[in-house]
Amino acid sequence: MITETRNIRFDSLPLDCGETLSPIEVAYETYGTLNAAKSNAILICHALTGDAHVAGVSASDGKPGWWDSMVGPGKAFDTSRYFIVCANVLGGCRGTTGPGSVNPASGKPYALGFPVITVPDMVRLQKMLVDALGIERLLTVTGGSMGGMQALEWASAYPETVISAIPIATTARHSAQQIAFNEVGRQAIMADPDWNNGDYYGGQPPARGLAVARMVGHITYMSDESMRQKFGRRLRDKETFGFDFSADFEVESYLRYRGTQFVNRFDANSYLYITKAMDYFDLAARSGSLADAFRNGKSRFLLISFTSDWLYPSYQSVEVVEALRSMNRDVAYCELPSNYGHDAFLVDVGEQTEVIHGFLASTFKARA
Amino acid sequence: MPATTDTRRKPFVREILGRSDYAIISELVEPDSKVLDLGCGEGELLAWLAVNKGVEGRGIEIDGRKVQRAIARGVSVFQGDIEQALGSYPDQSFDYIILSQTLQETRWPLKVLEEMLRVGKYAIVAFPNFGHWSVRLAMLRTGRSPRTQCFPYQWYESPNIHFLTIRDFEILARDKGWRVEREIFLSGRRIGTWMSNLMAEVAVFLVQR
Repeated sequence: MITETRNIRFDSLPLDCGETLSPIEVAYETYGTLNAAKSNAILICHALTGDAHVAGVSASDGKPGWWDSMVGPGKAFDTSRYFIVCANVLGGCRGTTGPGSVNPASGKPYALGFPVITVPDMVRLQKMLVDALGIERLLTVTGGSMGGMQALEWASAYPETVISAIPIATTARHSAQQIAFNEVGRQAIMADPDWNNGDYYGGQPPARGLAVARMVGHITYMSDESMRQKFGRRLRDKETFGFDFSADFEVESYLRYRGTQFVNRFDANSYLYITKAMDYFDLAARSGSLADAFRNGKSRFLLISFTSDWLYPSYQSVEVVEALRSMNRDVAYCELPSNYGHDAFLVDVGEQTEVIHGFLASTFKARA
Repeated sequence: MPATTDTRRKPFVREILGRSDYAIISELVEPDSKVLDLGCGEGELLAWLAVNKGVEGRGIEIDGRKVQRAIARGVSVFQGDIEQALGSYPDQSFDYIILSQTLQETRWPLKVLEEMLRVGKYAIVAFPNFGHWSVRLAMLRTGRSPRTQCFPYQWYESPNIHFLTIRDFEILARDKGWRVEREIFLSGRRIGTWMSNLMAEVAVFLVQR
């Protein structure tokens, strides 16, 4: 499956902060075919550092999609049955307008002139894309982590559009711990002299700061167990300690590698803006209570969490489930066993596939 | 909503589900109603009720693997403990709350029953009868905690922590002012009401607050 990222332009997007972005570009990919009744459309929302390329092989760089194990013919999100849409998020750096995009008013990149965005802003832009594609109802909106926040926001803001939602390894609001980890990432970026108050486009980007932010992120995506299995205390290409500050341990070398790799594909300012949007997200605060956020509509829900995910622990999914049940909504929930920590939704797909496959098939049969 | 008395489906139901208490329960449930099944396993009963009676079903099950299988077959099941999970439902959210062969395993059976009657218009409770003659005889003969076909476990590994008889349940219902709409007794097959507390291995009660 060779895929191509396409672009669509909208005139303007009003934002929660009061400002309006204009014009605005969205990068997106689609897979499968929209049926005549337009009843088989699924929107997949990506996590913090994802992009529109969710599945297949990219026509431009030959890389597989970030959720290729879950999306494709015969897979959980079966592209031979469903029409899949995935868009790069607002504020991102992979084709959709973000801080690295050119501000038409100045002819230069927005940088910190980019308005602070929210998860509801991201979803409002996705709604414009879905409307432009002629889709009136979405069989499912799904995603893991920040993608799951967007799925929850979709179900709350557009209950008439959302037939079902599958929020995975996610929360309706960040805890102090989640905000704290994001803040460490932001501080690492802003402490890098190359960050230059966000004004580094055309020059040297804050590569060291962004790499450290990514290293911290990576630690939170794994579990104690998965790190023990993957690295243990093994040394990297040496028999004894170097008695210096080179990467002695494999885990050090791995984190350094992932940090440096990340710099090549991600913009530091996007990291600041998107993590801030995640921290601001609070479905309960806006509606009065979490239960009230789901007052309207008939959407069906499947929530999934993972046993070893300590970044988005199961209690946060249960909190959402409890709110849905107090509104007497149709909700299924399971905590899948996995050692992979938060990364489980990306890498541990066996049982996840079985559950989602059945949930989608029954939803399609009953509601579409 | 009166309980259905249509028994023509009975042999068919029994064949499909292979469990006599399920067969009775599926008779009691009115078509197109809303049902919550506590300890629903892999969702067999709810799936059957959805297809054959147009029932809108939900389930609660603590075993993760069973929950996965239930969701995979299209049943909306929540992974959790029934003694905690009932609390978040509003009053009278369901027509029927089903508790099949689990009451004797709960820590606080009375609280579970009261919650069932708060959340549902009807409670359907099926439980193994500790008053069955085989239990009484086993205890009398051996002087030990009885082990029978219905209660096969050693005392130290039994999940059954609150034994009750049909008489116990009837007295509790009377004391609490619950209305027993139907009582059905099973001993391999359906049996009559004659000396039911001695003769029935399993009882199914349809109760209303």
